[in-house]
Amino acid sequence: MTLSAADWAAIRLTLELASVTTLLLLVLGTPLAWWLARTRSRLKGPVGALVALPLVLPPTVIGFYLLLAMGPEGWVGQLTEALGLGRLPFTFAGLVVGSLFYSLPFVVQPLQNAFEAIGPRPLEAAATLRAGPLDTFFHVVLPLARPGFVTAAILGFAHTVGEFGVVLMIGGNIPGRTQVVSTQIFNHVEAMEYPQAHLLAGGMLVFSFVILLLLYGRRGRSAWT
Amino acid sequence: MLSSRSRLSLLLSAALATPALADEVQVAVAANFSAPLKAIGEQFTRDTGHQLVISSGATGQLYTQIRNGAPFAVFLSADDTTPAKLESEGAAVKGSRFTYAIGTLALWSPKSGYVDGEGAVLKQNAFTHLAVANPKTAPYGLAATQVLAKLGLTEAVAAKRVEGQNITQTYQFVATGNAELGFVALSQIYQDGKIKEGSAWIVPAALYEPIRQDAVLLDKGQEQPAAKALLAYLKGPQAAAVLKAYGYRQ
Repeated sequence: MTLSAADWAAIRLTLELASVTTLLLLVLGTPLAWWLARTRSRLKGPVGALVALPLVLPPTVIGFYLLLAMGPEGWVGQLTEALGLGRLPFTFAGLVVGSLFYSLPFVVQPLQNAFEAIGPRPLEAAATLRAGPLDTFFHVVLPLARPGFVTAAILGFAHTVGEFGVVLMIGGNIPGRTQVVSTQIFNHVEAMEYPQAHLLAGGMLVFSFVILLLLYGRRGRSAWT
Repeated sequence: MLSSRSRLSLLLSAALATPALADEVQVAVAANFSAPLKAIGEQFTRDTGHQLVISSGATGQLYTQIRNGAPFAVFLSADDTTPAKLESEGAAVKGSRFTYAIGTLALWSPKSGYVDGEGAVLKQNAFTHLAVANPKTAPYGLAATQVLAKLGLTEAVAAKRVEGQNITQTYQFVATGNAELGFVALSQIYQDGKIKEGSAWIVPAALYEPIRQDAVLLDKGQEQPAAKALLAYLKGPQAAAVLKAYGYRQ
């Protein structure tokens, strides 16, 4: 029993999706997390709640609304078509957009925790030494928040690898384009191809355990900050 | 005045004290047939007094649950292979299997006038996405691929095909407009003997193998007269009328 070409394609696609999503989330999530950690704005609560929504919403809810929003009647769909990008469902780009929402809290929250843990003191010290805001951010905040970035990257990556409901709703199960490991496992189970399902599912289990071991074994109890 | 907690415990004990009704049938049904089954179930209850407890899901998922001890007495599958498999594995009563419904395949678009009455829209090939259910797991998907093969269009539409995990998701892709058209179950777009909305080609039965949906009495239902009564009822004229209204044949 070995993996089929479609299974390998699904594995490759899953890794690509998780990598692209994690990179984008680190870039987009850092300013957001920084703002959430520092702001005294009344919007902090609502924005924080919005970011956390994917933690509690079933992925099918996110997927269903994305399917509607990115469709020809939806505002995202009309926007992407007006920009000449076509429509997002059934494409890799669509999966990336879905994953950005789905994995957002897993990247933003560890970063926010890390930024909050730094506290105002090092920033004040940097300011008295006449460091500009960018200088402070890159030379004081980033090194201090490094463990937070590692946690954010690991969790964002692992969570995207495990994504299922969103992909199911907007993917269309196209080999090499939108067929990822989790949907491929579902395909195998539904087709009663249990040996193939076991191979992929077992691989996923081991992978997830190793990732979490990396995370929790790294620094014991303080793994979340 | 009772506290809400003691009221809850009263309710619970009342519920637990009621003996399990002998005339309650636990039915596992393929999702595509849950609506007609509810309609049949209402008449069945009126005629016999027996109640149905309906669990709907994907056929493969229900199979896995049945094999792992789910408490269902009757299984209404979306195909004819899964009940046969259950029978050969000893999880279903031998000789109880029969076809309770034959499905009809339709090529459908929510836009009126988009799909013509002969399915020529497929040959014109002017669409971006054609939704088809996964042929490995969904009988309507298998039927759709047979139709495409018979029409010699398998290659022509290959790059435009998007797959729904099941016929419900396939319908969803089309209904939301993300795919312009797709092969769905007539039962999904049919109401009171008419297409509900949009345009459709009811695919001639000669273009695909019959989509047989088989029912079977499960081991857990072997000693339940109500379960047997339900299976008999499904073969009768009342069920036939409901089937027809929902776009199935008996």
